[in-house]
Amino acid sequence: MMSAFTAILLRDLKLALRTGGDWLTLALFFVMVGIVVPFAIGPDRELLSRLAPGIVWIAAFLSVLLGLDRLFRADHEDGTLLLLRLSDLPLAGVVLAKLIAHWLLTALPLLAATPLLAVMLSMDPPAFLRAVVSLLVGTPGLVALGTVGAAVTVTIRRGGLIAPVLILPLAIPLLIFGVGAITTGPGPDQSGTALLLLAAISLIAVAVTPFAAALAITSAED
Amino acid sequence: MNVENTSKQSWWTRIAHPGQFVAWSRRLLVPLWIATAALFVLGLWLAFFASPEDYQMGDTVRIMYVHVPTAWLSQFVYGVMSVSAIGTLVWRHPMADVSMKAAAPLGATFTALALYTGALWGRPTWGTFWEWDGRMTSTLVLLLIYFGIVALWRAFDDQLRAARIVAVFTLVGAVNIPIIKFSVDWWATLHQPASVFRLDGPTMPGSILTPLFVMVFAFTALFLTLHLIGMHTEVRRRRVMSLERRLAQRGAA
Repeated sequence: MMSAFTAILLRDLKLALRTGGDWLTLALFFVMVGIVVPFAIGPDRELLSRLAPGIVWIAAFLSVLLGLDRLFRADHEDGTLLLLRLSDLPLAGVVLAKLIAHWLLTALPLLAATPLLAVMLSMDPPAFLRAVVSLLVGTPGLVALGTVGAAVTVTIRRGGLIAPVLILPLAIPLLIFGVGAITTGPGPDQSGTALLLLAAISLIAVAVTPFAAALAITSAED
Repeated sequence: MNVENTSKQSWWTRIAHPGQFVAWSRRLLVPLWIATAALFVLGLWLAFFASPEDYQMGDTVRIMYVHVPTAWLSQFVYGVMSVSAIGTLVWRHPMADVSMKAAAPLGATFTALALYTGALWGRPTWGTFWEWDGRMTSTLVLLLIYFGIVALWRAFDDQLRAARIVAVFTLVGAVNIPIIKFSVDWWATLHQPASVFRLDGPTMPGSILTPLFVMVFAFTALFLTLHLIGMHTEVRRRRVMSLERRLAQRGAA
C-alpha cells in the first residue's frame, strides 16, 4: 500500500520534471506578480515593505490557483484516473499522493523564489524569514483546498476558470492568517498566534480534503 | 412488493418521485402564499405604524425589519442546502438534488439583499456604506460562495451528475464557513478595535422585537414558497430536457 503511494508520488514528479518546466514557469509567474505590483503602486520602499506580506501571499495565491488545472485533468483525459480508482490504494490515498507531488512541484519553487521577492519588495531579514515560514506552513492548506476545486471541476471542459472562483472564498482564512503570520504591527505582535492558527487550518485542510476530493471524483466519473 | 402495499408507500418514497412530488406539494402552494401574504401584511403594519422610532437612529431603525430577516435567511438557506446535500450523498434522494439547486440562487439573493439593506442602513447611522467589519465581511464571503455554487451548477451539462459534485462542494463550504467567520472576526478586531456602533448592546424592547420576529417568519415563509416553486420549475425543466433528448434520439434513429 505504501509502495503504491510512493509510486504515484514519484510518477507525478517524474512526469512533471521530464515534460518541460511547468514548475519553473509557475515560479516565474510568482516573481512577476511581485515585480508588477511596484509598477502599480509606485517605487516607495517604505510603502512596499509594509505591503510586502500581502503581495507575497497574493502572488502565491495566484500561482497556486493557476496550476490547479494540472492536478487531475491530464489523468482524467487519458484514463489514468480511472485505473487509479481500481488500485488497492483508496482513492483518498491517491489524492493525497497527488496533493503532495503537486505541492512539491508548485509551492516549493515559490519558496525558493521568495528571496528574490524579498529583495524587490525591501523586506527586512526577520520579515523574510517569517514570510518563508508562513508560506511553508500555509501553502499545503492552499494546495489541499485546490485539490477539491480541481476534483469538483475535473469533468467540466471549462473547469480551469471555475475552480479558482470556487476556491478563493474558501481560502480566505489561509490568506488572513498567512499575512498575519508575517506582519508584526501595528498594535501587539500576534504573528505567533497567527502562525499557529495557520498551521491548524492547513493541517485540517490536508487531512480532510483528500476524502472530499475523492468523493467528488467518484461521483463525477460514475 | 405486492399489489396491496404499492398504494401505501411511505411518504418518503412518494416524494422521491418527481412527478408525485409536484402533484403532492402543489396543494401546499396556495396556503403558503396566503401565510406569506398575511405575515407580511401584519409584519409591515407592525414595522411601519406600531413600532416606535429609535431614540438615536430615528426612522432608519425600520430598515432592521428587512435587514435582519434577510441576514437570517442568508444562513438558513445554506443550512437547507447542506441538509439537501447530505440527502443527495447519503440517500441519493432525487428531490434533494432539486431542492439544493433551487435554493442556491435564492440564498444568493437574500445574502445580497442583506448586504444591500445593511449598506443603506450603514450610511445614515455609521456614515459609510461599507465597513470592513467582521460580520459584514463574512457575509460578503458567503455571497461569493453562493455565486461559486450557482456557477458550478451552470457549468455542468448533465444536471444529475452535477448534483453529487455540487453536494460535495456545498458540504466542504459548510465546514469552512465557521472557520471563515472566526478568521474574519480575528482579522477585523486586529485591524480596527470595536469602534462601530453595535446593535447587540442594549436589549431590545418588546415593541421592536415583536415586529422583528413577525418579519423573520414572513421572510422565511416567502423563502419556503419561492423554494417550492423553484423546485417545481426545476422538475419540469428536467422533464423537458429528457423529452428533448428522447426526441433527438428518435430523430437520429
